[in-house]
Amino acid sequence: MDFVLAVIAWLAAPEHWTGSDGIPNRVAEHLLISGLTAIAAVLLALPIGVLFGHSGKGGFIAINVANLGRAMPSLALLALMLPIALSLKLGLGFWPTFFALVPLGIPPVLTNSYVAVREVDRDVVEAARGMGLREGQVLRQVELPIAAPLIIAGVRNSAVAIVATATLGALVAGGGLGRYIVDGLARQEYPRLFVGALLVAVLSIIVEVAFSVFERLAVSSGLRLATAATDVHIQERPR
Amino acid sequence: MRPGEPLILWDWTFSHLPDIARRVEEHLVLTGIAIGLGFVIAFVLSLAIRQSPFLYAPVTWVTGVMYSIPSLALFSLLIPFTGLSITTAEIGLVSYTLLILVRNIVGGIRSVPPEVRESAIGMGYSQWQLLWRIELPLGLAVIIAGVRVAVVTTIGLVTVTGVIGQGGLGALIIQGINQFFATPLVIGAVLSIVLAIVLDGALVFIQRRVTPWTRATQS
Repeated sequence: MDFVLAVIAWLAAPEHWTGSDGIPNRVAEHLLISGLTAIAAVLLALPIGVLFGHSGKGGFIAINVANLGRAMPSLALLALMLPIALSLKLGLGFWPTFFALVPLGIPPVLTNSYVAVREVDRDVVEAARGMGLREGQVLRQVELPIAAPLIIAGVRNSAVAIVATATLGALVAGGGLGRYIVDGLARQEYPRLFVGALLVAVLSIIVEVAFSVFERLAVSSGLRLATAATDVHIQERPR
Repeated sequence: MRPGEPLILWDWTFSHLPDIARRVEEHLVLTGIAIGLGFVIAFVLSLAIRQSPFLYAPVTWVTGVMYSIPSLALFSLLIPFTGLSITTAEIGLVSYTLLILVRNIVGGIRSVPPEVRESAIGMGYSQWQLLWRIELPLGLAVIIAGVRVAVVTTIGLVTVTGVIGQGGLGALIIQGINQFFATPLVIGAVLSIVLAIVLDGALVFIQRRVTPWTRATQS
């Protein structure tokens, strides 16, 4: 009970809401690095996955990248990026975290976009070609709309993994909500630690839920009936 | 890292071999406890779901929410109550294995074709015999696949427990970061990746050995 009061007192203190170590700034930092990384990962992985899926080539790579991504411990990746970023004179904080998070965000997007496009009913694709659609049209007007929910599920997994792991950036002097956790541990200031952890957890769940809603909305109207029964379940993702 | 310092100083590595070996051992012990406890809990939950299928949705929802919480955050949420202890580490690690294991144990049991199940019941198998002699052996490939994912995920998460002072290879990584010294950092990172890949391979091997009939259908 004392601890709950201490947490509430910490949250109520005005100095924890302003300045560079204030909650709004830390949330903004966290969202900034997560957003930039997620965009970079999607820009790299989505075109490759979709092209692999469309052409039916590269399936081996697409699937194995996912396994590799899952086997890659996030802290290990971050640790390895630290000397690399330093030797490139990019400094601590942002860049090592960015370099560690991008490879973590790629596998879910790459694999899901490959599988999503590949699993579009080949009869439908053939029918589209038979109706005279060009390859680009087949991709844009047939395959992508059908594949959209699964692709977005991949982006969701990637985004949640990135938001979660961005926390570790504080270990290499980065900003974001991980600061509260790392500083709270170092100073044994448990209310700070607890609030930081709570904010990270809430942020990940918000991202997860927001994308799930988006995923449902993205189901093309012609398919909504057919897919209403399939459950959207959480996939394993790199952590 | 200091300018001009190589990624690995071999002198340091060789003089600290016992230390490194101890970290690997700690890492494996933390992983082993998490998988062992996680499997027992997941197995009990799966049996409950087998009896009452309506439990599947709530169980996967709760374990799914736990799975969504970032590892460092989950450990940190527990620290005020259970301290910087192995209990904190294991509560977190075990909760992460549950979603994967429950889904695969239930999936394994459900993968048994209904006609096989009907035949067993027709031949007079009790529910218990049906479970142990038909459903679990036939579902073994799916169950081991779940254990594989759980083991690989846990190996990665155990590095994070180094941050909360529970040893393992994460402790080497943290030591490297704190002392600004690349060697322990690189060794810890590389060994944790190697450990994940080796254990994954070992479980693939075990799965093929104990379920030889799946080989024909595996591509």
